[in-house]
Amino acid sequence: MDVRLINPFVMSVKRVFETMVHVKMTVGKPYIKPENGNSADVSGIIGFSGDLAGCVVISFSHDVACKAASQFAGIEIDEKHPDFADAIGELANMVAGNAKKEFTDVNIRISLPSVIIGNSFTVSGSKSAPRIVIPCQCELGELFVEVAMEPSGSSETNSTQANQAVGV
Amino acid sequence: MKVLLVDDSRTIRNIQKTVLAQIGHTDILEAGDGIEALKVLETQTPDLMLVDWNMPNMDGITLIRKVRETNKKTPIIMCTTEAQKERVIEAIKAGVNNYVVKPFNVESLAEKIDQTMSKLQPSG
Ligand SMILES: [Mg+2]
Repeated sequence: MDVRLINPFVMSVKRVFETMVHVKMTVGKPYIKPENGNSADVSGIIGFSGDLAGCVVISFSHDVACKAASQFAGIEIDEKHPDFADAIGELANMVAGNAKKEFTDVNIRISLPSVIIGNSFTVSGSKSAPRIVIPCQCELGELFVEVAMEPSGSSETNSTQANQAVGV
Repeated sequence: MKVLLVDDSRTIRNIQKTVLAQIGHTDILEAGDGIEALKVLETQTPDLMLVDWNMPNMDGITLIRKVRETNKKTPIIMCTTEAQKERVIEAIKAGVNNYVVKPFNVESLAEKIDQTMSKLQPSG
């Protein structure tokens, strides 16, 4: 995966969390996701299709996800709240949509958000498209933005990548 | 003033409601997609619509085109993560009056709403 594809997501996650969650985000050095890397409790996922295909996954621990959802919505939201998944999905939607704007010469569509809530699950990557992890730190704790993106037509990348990524 | 909020995210609609309340508008209608919005419009006549782009069942651009077939007047603000220039042009062609990119802050949304409404009443 082309590392130049990462920068739009770095800028976008900062912008979205600063504007909508009201926290300053510090972004660490991106790395390739190791085979059994980073388990998460809550993930918001958006698929990409068009000239570039792949997905972006934002992963949190339970604690950080609840705090982020609450600060975003402006009300106390725990995992049982009916708007919890909605809030996480919309944060992922804004990160994906805002990053998309930086890809000026290509036509990309974004999917509707999917949200997985569980316990220390791993969102596995496809072998053909290595996942780049952007570690992010803010006063709520840490979260991870994972990006897999490749030109369409390259092996095994298509609009169903988001589904493959979550194993459904 | 009656405002119709169309967004598949209830969190976003709640934030928009808070912003609208701050500038004095509490008469709010809501829809989670284009189909639901068209249903609301069968019986209600909002003075302003805020419309998201990416939604299930019927997206915002399709909704706006359908609304504009018969209604050129009701001001529509598109409020979306879609920020590419081509998308904004597409929305303007479809008939939106203003455009707000998510993420938005309270001030910028309130300002766009004021701007949109004041353009309708030419000041004398
Ligand atoms: Mg939406």
